[in-house]
Amino acid sequence: MKIQTRHLEARHRAYRSSDDRAIERLSLEIGAGEHVAIIGPSGSGKTTLLEVLACAMKPLSGSLSLDGQDPWQLSKPELQRLRGRLFLAPQVPPLPPRQRVVTAVLAGRLPSIGFFASLRSLIVPSDLPGALAALERFDLAEKLFERVDQLSGGERQRVGLARALMSPASLWLIDEPLSSLDPARLHQAMRALVDSANERGATLVTTLHQVDAALAFFPRIIGLRKGKLAFDLPSSQVTQEALESLYETSSNELCGADAADEHLGGPGVSVTALHCR
Amino acid sequence: MRRAEPIRDPATASRLFSILAGFALLWPLGIATEFRPWALFESDSIQATVRFLGTFWPIAVDPEFLRLIARETWRTVAMATVGISLALLLAIPLSLVAARVLSLSGLTGKMDQVPFWIRQSVRWVLIVLRSIPELVWALVFVRVVGLGPTAGVLAISLTYAGMLGKVYAEILESADQHSSRTLLRNGSSRMQAFFHSLLPTCAAELTSYTVYRWECAIRSSVVLGFVGAGGLGQEMDNSMKMFAGAEVATMLLVFIGLVALADRASATIRKVLG
Amino acid sequence: MRTQAWGVLTALLCLVIASFATIDLQWQAFWSAEAVASMGRFLGEFVPPETSPEFIQKVIVGAWETLAMSVLGTLLAALLGMLLAIPGSQNRAEARTWTRTPVQWVLNALRAIPELVWASLLLISAGLGPFAGTLALALHTAGVLGRLYAEALENAPTGPAMALKAQGVGSGRVFFYATLPTILPQVMSYTLYRWENNIRAAAILGVVGAGGLGQLLAFHLSLFQMHKTASVLLGMIGMVACVDALSQQLRKRLT
Repeated sequence: MKIQTRHLEARHRAYRSSDDRAIERLSLEIGAGEHVAIIGPSGSGKTTLLEVLACAMKPLSGSLSLDGQDPWQLSKPELQRLRGRLFLAPQVPPLPPRQRVVTAVLAGRLPSIGFFASLRSLIVPSDLPGALAALERFDLAEKLFERVDQLSGGERQRVGLARALMSPASLWLIDEPLSSLDPARLHQAMRALVDSANERGATLVTTLHQVDAALAFFPRIIGLRKGKLAFDLPSSQVTQEALESLYETSSNELCGADAADEHLGGPGVSVTALHCR
Repeated sequence: MRRAEPIRDPATASRLFSILAGFALLWPLGIATEFRPWALFESDSIQATVRFLGTFWPIAVDPEFLRLIARETWRTVAMATVGISLALLLAIPLSLVAARVLSLSGLTGKMDQVPFWIRQSVRWVLIVLRSIPELVWALVFVRVVGLGPTAGVLAISLTYAGMLGKVYAEILESADQHSSRTLLRNGSSRMQAFFHSLLPTCAAELTSYTVYRWECAIRSSVVLGFVGAGGLGQEMDNSMKMFAGAEVATMLLVFIGLVALADRASATIRKVLG
Repeated sequence: MRTQAWGVLTALLCLVIASFATIDLQWQAFWSAEAVASMGRFLGEFVPPETSPEFIQKVIVGAWETLAMSVLGTLLAALLGMLLAIPGSQNRAEARTWTRTPVQWVLNALRAIPELVWASLLLISAGLGPFAGTLALALHTAGVLGRLYAEALENAPTGPAMALKAQGVGSGRVFFYATLPTILPQVMSYTLYRWENNIRAAAILGVVGAGGLGQLLAFHLSLFQMHKTASVLLGMIGMVACVDALSQQLRKRLT
């Protein structure tokens, strides 16, 4: 799915009546099938941007266009259809605790199946092989019939990611996919996510706190700072100065990410050595 | 790591079985309760309903009737209040005996036989008091003391003594027992241990539950009126038997208002005292 | 705060004193020697309870009727309660709905009227027998459960539902895939708790003619057949104990 925004402005979800903008005059263009990582310190508007792109929140001003259409000008049924073609994975995995993993994963493909088929699937899950394959990509095959509350935080997050593989979406918006994962799993999960997006030709837009992972897995990095676009560069052109000025007053975030990412560094990409003080 | 054989959901068999069993059970349940929803729409049933509902409007508002209702509503509230007060008087000693927290022999491990059996029998008394619906007590007492609020008060006091006693004992047992055990170990009497450590700790919860039960008692008194215990319930029963829809409508409204008022009062009291 | 507490306590004390004063309790009638003696005699008539096989069979049939009333009534109440709880609740994340207040009124009205009063009213439409009792239980309990379910819906975490809505999934499927699974343990707990209550309520609805053990009890009591009444009472206590135990087991497995 192709994304275009011009002078986009939006408020943070929690601050309904505030005048503060979470994102200000943001203009970007993301082509179909592109993979982009959005980085920036806390409060820079990354999550709000994802929510606006997912049509989960109406922007205050500016324009948004998905595949050439403004979602907020569409009729309700057309908007619902458009939403079916995108997938938003929140930072906290949206899984009901007492649901089984198989049902939670299969919920990803609800936009593509009918009402009664969905209800039947609640009792006797259809497409068990599909669910198993999705979980296998994230190394969770043996958890297929377990309950969500019996999984660890990292496992739940991976189930949330596996849902994307079940959805018919051509735009994947993933918020902090690595926040609960332990370092050993980071590489495998990112690899699985990126490879699956490639196989489907889906546009992948991810927010990441782990700058090294962003540089290692994504060809294009967008930096946000206080709701404004700081830079929009191919990852090979992202310099240390750019990163340091992005995280200027939050250097602890930049340095903290460092330690966890020692396991990363795919072939051909230099892991930026960051010197803090 | 592809599996050769088809994957099977382990829960399917039990789910399908439960669904079938559930539907199979519905049939005999329907028979036993003579469940015939279509009977509600038969012409004579509809006629009777419409005729009765028709008499609901206009509701009865003549001053004489309203004075009667006011009197009977107060009677109902008074019956509930007296009933709960007597229930309290009965429940407190029973719960103190039933709760294991004040056991002297239990301080050093297992309770002795005699105190244990005393406690068990008190618990059984509480269970019996609680299990017999207050309506049944009221039916029995009406035969003994005659019609009127006495039967209702007695019925409420006995049933609610059982309920209050059980919950008081549970509250006492779930409280932190360290200080009371220390007091008992150091030789204070059971009453002293109760007043100085258990009661202050549990007072809020005990009061809260009691006030909640007072609110329930008001609803119970209306129900008891249907078997002769007086109050708003009895008047409603009389009016219904005479098909005086207007009076029934007024009383229903008064009753809903009373319950809402008691609900509000109970919430405020619990907030202030808690 | 302390003065407020004392104020409330004084008010309560006044209420209690006023109640004792105005209610015409016939203390003498109860405490006099002859009253106690007649009470003793009366209680003595209960023993021994009637144990003839034909009567035991009647009690069992009555108990089955009562059980059926409580199960069916609670099931219907759960369905109706959930149907009402959805418009009767409002999620923090969404815009204010206009349906919440009127539906909450309806739920309050349903639960304010006790089962017995509902049963008396419904006898006119549904006739004598357990059908009226089942409907009475269903209506009253729907009010209680509806309010409890609505509270659960309002306090439920919205993450799972929002994620599905973001995918454009319709509200029906959002309910079954996200909202209901999130609140299911509470829903089951409340429903089982009301079933325990309803078995007691069902037992006495028969007093106004709504079938079950209650009808048997009222009948034999009015004829002063105390032995039979005692058997029915024992049947009631046994039934309540069984349902309590069953509900405990179900609670462990389902919640």
